[in-house]
Parts: sequence; C-alpha cells; structure tokens
Amino acid sequence: MPASEPRGASMRMAGFMGHLRRNGFTVGPGETELVLSTLAATGLAEASAVRLGLKTMLAGDHAHWERFDDLFDAYWLDRGLRIVEPSGPRSGAARERRRPDVWDKILPPDETGGTGTAEQITEGRRGADGPGGTGRLLASGQEALARVDLRTLTSAAEIAAAERVAERLARAIRHRLSRRRIPSPRGDTIDLRRTIRRSLSRGGEPVELLRKRRPERPVNLVVLLDVSGSMKIYSRYFLSFVRGLISTWLRTDVFLFHTRLVRITEALHERDAMRAMGRLSLLAEGFGGGTRIATALKSFNDHYARAALNSRSVAIVMSDGYDTDPPEALAVELRRFKRRARRLVWLNPLLGWKDYAPVARAMAAALPFIDCFAAAHSLESLAALEGELARL
Amino acid sequence: MKLDYQPLQRDLTEVGYIPDDALAMALCLAVGLHRPLLLEGEAGVGKTDVAKALAAVLKTNLIRLQCYEGLDATATLYEWNYQRQLLAIRAHERDALPAEAVERQVFSEDYLLRRPLLEAISQPVSPVLLIDEIDRADEEFEAFLLEILSDFQITIPELGTIVARSIPYVILTSNGTRALSDALRRRCLYSYIDFPDERKELAILRARQPRIDGQLAGQVVRFVQALRREDLEKTPGIAETLDWAGALMGLDIRSLAQDPAAVQASLLCLLKTEADLKAVPREVTARLVGRVA
Repeated sequence: MPASEPRGASMRMAGFMGHLRRNGFTVGPGETELVLSTLAATGLAEASAVRLGLKTMLAGDHAHWERFDDLFDAYWLDRGLRIVEPSGPRSGAARERRRPDVWDKILPPDETGGTGTAEQITEGRRGADGPGGTGRLLASGQEALARVDLRTLTSAAEIAAAERVAERLARAIRHRLSRRRIPSPRGDTIDLRRTIRRSLSRGGEPVELLRKRRPERPVNLVVLLDVSGSMKIYSRYFLSFVRGLISTWLRTDVFLFHTRLVRITEALHERDAMRAMGRLSLLAEGFGGGTRIATALKSFNDHYARAALNSRSVAIVMSDGYDTDPPEALAVELRRFKRRARRLVWLNPLLGWKDYAPVARAMAAALPFIDCFAAAHSLESLAALEGELARL
Repeated sequence: MKLDYQPLQRDLTEVGYIPDDALAMALCLAVGLHRPLLLEGEAGVGKTDVAKALAAVLKTNLIRLQCYEGLDATATLYEWNYQRQLLAIRAHERDALPAEAVERQVFSEDYLLRRPLLEAISQPVSPVLLIDEIDRADEEFEAFLLEILSDFQITIPELGTIVARSIPYVILTSNGTRALSDALRRRCLYSYIDFPDERKELAILRARQPRIDGQLAGQVVRFVQALRREDLEKTPGIAETLDWAGALMGLDIRSLAQDPAAVQASLLCLLKTEADLKAVPREVTARLVGRVA
C-alpha cells in the first residue's frame, strides 16, 4: 500500500473490496494493492473515470461486468442495498461442503455414515486394479438378469449388479485422446525435434527414430438424473447406476431434478449403498410430480455449469423427456449447456420400449443437441452403450 | 503515469476505430499498467480490430496468435528448422569440424524459426500481441500462456534463456465457447464489448464507409439494430453491418424502401445461417424497413 495514500481512503477501498467479495467477486489483497497504487499514481478523482477504471481492474467475467455498476453505486453512492445478493453457489468451498437443503428434511444432522465412506473407498480401489480391470465389458453370465426391464429390479444383489455395469461403463469413457503429443517409444508419428538432436551424436545420421503419440486424459462426467413421477420406476435403479459411476479415477458430478435441481454428489459419496438408495428414492418419490427439464437445466447453467463443465466433460442426462416446460425453452438451455460440455449423452428408458419414437415435444427439441441418444431400460441396453461411450 | 482515456479515445477514432468510454479506459489501463487485457463479447463486435487499432495508434507492430484446439508450445514459441539443420550437418561432414562446433552452429539463432510468442518478446519496441480466441485453445495452453505472461522469458534448452527485449501489450479475446480459468482472468484486466448503440454504430459506419449516403446510413443502422432484437441464431455484428452497407451501395440503393427485392436478396450479408434467412422472410423485412425508413 503506498504510503502517500491517505489512510481513510485506503480503508474505504478495502471496504469496497470486501463488498465485492461478499457479492461473489474473486478479488484479494493483490487486487486491492493494484487499485490503490494505480489510483495513487494517476491521481484519478473523477467518479465516472474511477468507476470505469475499477470495473476494468476488478471485473473478471461478463456477469461481474454487468453487475459492477450497481455494486459500485451501492457502496460509494449509498444507492440501493449494500449486499445485493448473498454469494451465489459459485464461491467454491463453502458450497461444496454443504449438504443439499432438501436432505436436511430427511436426514438427521448427526448421521454422516462413517462406515459408508470407508466401504466406498475400498470398493473403488478394488474396481480400479482388480482382476477384471481390463475396462471392457464381457458378455457375462448375468444375461438373465440383464434382460429384465429395470422396473422390476428390487433386491440388493440386483442393485449391486447395476453398480458393477456402471463401473465398467465409467472405465470405458474415462479417457479421451488429447490433441497434443508426448514422446512415446511406440508412438504413431516421428518426433523430429528429438530425432535430430539425437542424430547429432551419430554425425547427423538419424539412426534412431524417436516417436510421439497423443496421450490419454481423464474425462469429467456430469450426470443429470430425472426423478419425476414418470421416471419413478426407474429412478431407484438409475441411482445405483450413478453410484457406480462415482469412482476414484473419474471426476463425477451428480444432480437430481424433477421440478428443480439438487446436487447430490457428496451425498452419494458418503452413504453406504443400500441406505443411500433408500433415502434417495424416498427423496425422489417425495417429489414425484411434474418434470421441468428446462427449468432444471437453466438452474444448472446459471449456477453449476461454470465449475462442473469443461472441454473434457461428458454429460449424461437420464430422462424420458416428458417436460412441462415449453420445448423452445429446453432448446435454449441445451444450447447454452452444449457450449460448455464436450458431449451430451441422453439415456431414455422409453427408447427400449417397442415401437417408441421420440415424439414427446421436448425430446424432439432436444435431439439436435444430443451426441448419443440411447435406450436405458435394462442392464443389457446399458452395457451396449460401452462402445458408443468409448468413441465420444 | 497519466490516466486520461480521452486522448486515446480520440486517437483510436482517428485510425477508424470508435471505442466507448469503458473500452477506452480499459485500453488506457492496459497500456499504462502494462497488463494483459481480456476482451469478451459476441462474435462480430470488433474485438480483433481493437488490437489492430491500438497497434496503429501506438505506431508499433501487431503480432497475432490465432488459437485452436491442440495449440502447443512448438506452434507458439519456436521450432528448429530441421531441413536446414540436416543440410548444414551434411555440408560439414567433409570439413572434419569437431562435433561441438557443428552443434553450436546448427543450434544457433539462424536455425531458429520464431513463432508469435517468441517474436513478440524479441522486438526492439513493445508490439501489440493479439492472442485471438483464447477459448479455442485448451487448458494446458492457458497454463503455459500464464507462465509466459508473468515472466516474459523463454528458455530454449539448446540456446539458453531469452529474456524479453520489450514487454508486449497483450490483448486476449474470447467468444465464450469455453470457460476460462480464474487464474487467467485474475491476471488480466477485463472488458466486455457489447453491440454498439445506434449512435456509435452510425459513427463506425461513417468512418469505415465515408462515401455512404447520409439517409441510407441511418436506415441501415436502425434496420440492423432492430434486426438484433429479433430471435436469431447468429446476431449480425458490426462487420456484417459494414458488408451490408457496402453491398447496398454497390447495388446503387439510396433508400431501403426503394427496392424491396434487392434489399431482401442482400440480406444474406447479415444473416449467415439458413434458419436465420428463413426467420426473416419478405414480410418481416418489409415491417422492419417500414419502421426505420
């Protein structure tokens, strides 16, 4: 902080920084110092110019840019409320640790399921390097079970089977090729830079051809699960499937939606299987009313998309596409969604039914944005997805 | 350092770029503080042109780096000229030069192909470095870029460290196809460029198309402003307005109401997708023209 700056003004500016922080801006001491030293060095005093200067230095994205003027007025000109809104779900750590509000109604506060956590970890590790770790799904002896429509799935064993299928699917999509290249002894292209350098020791004769290849990088997975009334019969089973997708090697984010959207990633992480399923189903059934896919997607786009999605994200939506929102709204939100996600997979249980065509208006509106539209009414149909997902 | 953006605003206007106050202030700060400036906004609002205009005002070079997926250090920093190196090595085979001497020669600056980032830091006068559409590059490149932007030095294993002779004025643009990292955002100043309002767009049109008829210019701008409020897939930008005005002048049209058929046909300068062209049929055009003429 420059010594020449009057102390009162510095304090006031620090207060403004706090005001911005409370409103979701990511500004720290570095920014405070930048602002103070710039203002001191330039002797800027005119309000409109200071406002523009601060806006340039402190806004980080379009949303901040749009809100800055109001926040500036609120603080310096005492216009409007000091805190326009509490820091949104974007401000990382605090949100991450919080349990979705809806849970509080169902779960007693002390029940954190310590044993469940341990079990989840061991399970994940076994999946990662156990004997079946080839990452390819074998035509297995579970066929009889696999063909059963999932509506009839109830026992613990069957749910465990669903989780295993999911785990293998997760393994199939965990990597995608990068476009960069790294040195590799069995790569597909010759690495000229290294070859030439190596050849110098042999008088310029490129005896040894060094190669490079594209490395694999892990994929992010975001799952949006429809638990509305029309999906009720499937939701229990889908939840166990989603639980299987949550693993140690894949970053997975899970959301439930019916008329609104709830993030349940942490909840899935810390519960033991049966109990989590039971409670999640309960939650889902409690809301088993209409579906508002577009509204749920909008709330995802507004609050979570920035943090949850990147160019390596594969998003999986599990829904029958019966939406009470207008299909145009769904198209708008899906377009926003697709700008952030790399691939969109839509799993529709109805697709497995005989003679089903995606005529639900919402489904028709969504089709142009979907990279992979597949059935998900039985374990068999899910297993068939592996090839598709590996190609994404 | 004097932080008065109006002179810069005037200078930019003189070279044919008309910035609003916020953008002029952002550029003024970027130049004054020597910090990178991140520009966001819809496609076609003139983000790239900002860099060109700034280079013209500062009378310095513009070095442009167009980003794409898979862009990496080789394509942005330097590459050795392998063919020349091989030739030189062959040519020296008979000379019986010691290996070190050959190595020193083929790994000298003569054999170095400079890519934009290295080029930008080895200029005698600070150039404007435009890193266009940074959102198209991947996260790894972003991290690498952050490193360059904070140190302004590049290490080449065979040659040693090259320290910047001058610090470039860096302008990054993004269309928002991918969320940028917070680290990059925090390192940069930020400005959002919106579609211009009617007055500003008219000024831009007059600056770029000085021969345009006054009545037509007003109509064109009002028409495009109205068109932007329609529900389109791809909203026309300033470049489209200029193209369209040029096309209308070429068709010898003085007023939009004069020749509806020609105006309708020329709309393909503004509407770049089939769906948008269908969304603005003859009736809609007539309605818009009626409102602006």
